[in-house]
Amino acid sequence: MVMVNTIIDSIKSLFLGATNRSMEDIKSKTKDNFKREGDVKLEVKELNFYYGEFKALKNINLKIPTKKITALIGPSGCGKTTLLRCFNRMHDLYPGSKYEGSIIFHPDGINIASPHIDLLDLRRRVGMVFQRPNPFPKSIFENVAYGLRVNGVRDKKLIKERVEWALQSAALWDEVKDRLDANAYSLSGGQQQRLCIARAIAIEPDIVLFDEPTSALDPISTSKIEELIMTLKEKLTIIIVTHNMQQAARVSDYTGFMYLGELIEFDKTQKIFTIPSQKLTEDYITGRFG
Amino acid sequence: MLTFITRKKILDRFMLAVFFTAGFITIFITVGIVYVLLADSIKFFQEVSIKEFLTEKEWTPVFATKKFGIWPLISGTFLIAAIAMVVSIPLGILIAIYLSEYASVRVKEIAKPIIEFMEAIPTVVYGYFTLLFVTPILQSIVPDLEAFNSLAPGIVLGFMILPYTASMAEDSMKGVPQRIREASYALGATKLRTAVTIVIPAAISGIVAGFILGASRAIGETMVVAIAAGMYPNLTLDPREPIQTMTGYIVQVALGDLPYGSIEYLSIFAVGLALFIIAFIFNSIALWLRSRIREAY
Repeated sequence: MVMVNTIIDSIKSLFLGATNRSMEDIKSKTKDNFKREGDVKLEVKELNFYYGEFKALKNINLKIPTKKITALIGPSGCGKTTLLRCFNRMHDLYPGSKYEGSIIFHPDGINIASPHIDLLDLRRRVGMVFQRPNPFPKSIFENVAYGLRVNGVRDKKLIKERVEWALQSAALWDEVKDRLDANAYSLSGGQQQRLCIARAIAIEPDIVLFDEPTSALDPISTSKIEELIMTLKEKLTIIIVTHNMQQAARVSDYTGFMYLGELIEFDKTQKIFTIPSQKLTEDYITGRFG
Repeated sequence: MLTFITRKKILDRFMLAVFFTAGFITIFITVGIVYVLLADSIKFFQEVSIKEFLTEKEWTPVFATKKFGIWPLISGTFLIAAIAMVVSIPLGILIAIYLSEYASVRVKEIAKPIIEFMEAIPTVVYGYFTLLFVTPILQSIVPDLEAFNSLAPGIVLGFMILPYTASMAEDSMKGVPQRIREASYALGATKLRTAVTIVIPAAISGIVAGFILGASRAIGETMVVAIAAGMYPNLTLDPREPIQTMTGYIVQVALGDLPYGSIEYLSIFAVGLALFIIAFIFNSIALWLRSRIREAY
C-alpha cells in the first residue's frame, strides 16, 4: 500500500503546460519508486493520441495500480474517454487514429499502444463496459456466454458454470436465474448494465474499463452498479471514466483529473478531493467550471 | 387584416384539397385495379369452376380442348423465383456484409448507387441479355439446356433483385447500433464473427423482409421471363425446360388477337388476380417483418 501511494505521489501533479517540472524529473522519480512492477498494471508513458490531425491526448503519463479503482474525471471533451479507449485500442475500429508513446501492460511488459499488438488478445484481457447498456439482442445467457464462445470455449458445462459465476459476480444471478433464456432487452436499464458487466468479467480480463457506466441510469441502479464496481476490485483492475465527481469520490481509490487532452493531476482520490495540488483541479471539483 | 386571414384560409383549404386528391388517386387506382380483376375474374369463374382452376394440371387455353389449371403457371413462376432467390440470397448477404462491415466510406459511396442503379436498367434489356448472352454461355456448361429455359432468366433475375436483397440487407445491418458492435469487439471478437453472430441476427427481420420483397419482385417480373423462359405452360421443376410464368401468360394473351370477352381473354384476369393475391401476401409479410426491425434492440 505504502508503495503504491508513493508511486502515485510521484506522478501526481503532472504539469500544467511544461512549466511545472521537467520530463526527466518525473522519469527519474518514477524509476526510484517502482521497485515492485507488479503494483502497476498499466504504465502510460508520454502518450499522444490523434484523431486524424487533431491531437486529442497530449503527453499523458500515468500509472494505473493493480486491483484498485482508478477514476478519470474532467469536463466534456477533456479526453478522459479517449484515454480510456486507448487501453483496449477501441479507437482502432475507426480510421485515422494514431498513437505515440507507450502504454506498458504489466506484468507482461508489452506496449499495448504498439501497432504490432494483437488487438483481439488485448481486448480479451482488457474488458469494457459502455456508457449506455448495450446487451446483444440475444438471451441473457447468450449475452454472457458470447465472450466465452469468442475465446473458443466449447464445453457446455464449463460455459454454464462461467455464466453463472459471472452473473453472480455481477449481482444479477438471483434476479435472472429463472429466465436465462429471456431476451436481454426484457431487463431494466440497470439490470442490462449489470448484464454487460457480467459479460465483460465472464472471460476474466485483467482490467475492466468503465465508460460513464451509470450516466443512463436512475439513482438506485447507479448505487447498485457502484457497489458492484467496488466489490469487483478484489478480482480486477478497474478504470472508470465518470462525469459525476461524487461518483469518483465514492468509488475510486485514485483519481486523475484531465483537461483539454492533458492529465492535470493524478493522486489518491481522497487527496484530489480534499487538497488538490493544482488550482485547475480545485476549480473543477469545487464546481467553478465544468 | 381580415381579408388577409381569409385569403390564407382559402389557400389552406385549396391545398388541403390538392393533397387529398393526390393521396386519393393512388387509393382509387388500387381499388380500380382490384375491381377490374375481380369483375372479369368472376365472369371467368362462371365458365370455369374454381375447382378446375385449382386442381387441373394443364393450362391449354388455346387448344381445342381448353384446360384451365393454374398450376403449370404457378410452378413456372415459383421455379424462376426460387432460382432467383438461390442466386440472390447468398450474394445479397455477402454484399451486405461487405458494404456494411468492411467497405470504406468511399467504396460504399460508389458501390451502393451502382447496385441500386441495376433497378434502373429496363427489364427488356435484361430479357435480351438473358436470351442472347446468358443462355448460350449456360448451354456450354449445362447439358440439354434448351434455348428457352427457367435457369438463365432465374439467374439474371437473381441479380436484378439485388437492389432489394443486398441493399435492404445492408440498410438494416447498418441500422444495428454501433454500440452493439463495439460490445462484441470489446470482447475480442473478429469482424467476421461480429458480423455473422451479432449484426446479422440483430438485423434479421430487415434482411428477410428484403428477401421477400425481392421474391415478390421476381414473381411479378415480366419482360425477362416472357423473352427468355419460353411460352410453354409446363408443370415441371426441371430448370432446363421451357416454361411459362403467370406474367408471361398475361403478356402473351394481352399481345395476341383474342376476342374481347372470350374465355381466353377473361383467363388473364383470373391469372392476374392469383398473381395479385400472391404478391399481396408476400408484400404484407415483408412489411410486417420490416416494422419489426427496431424491436430487437
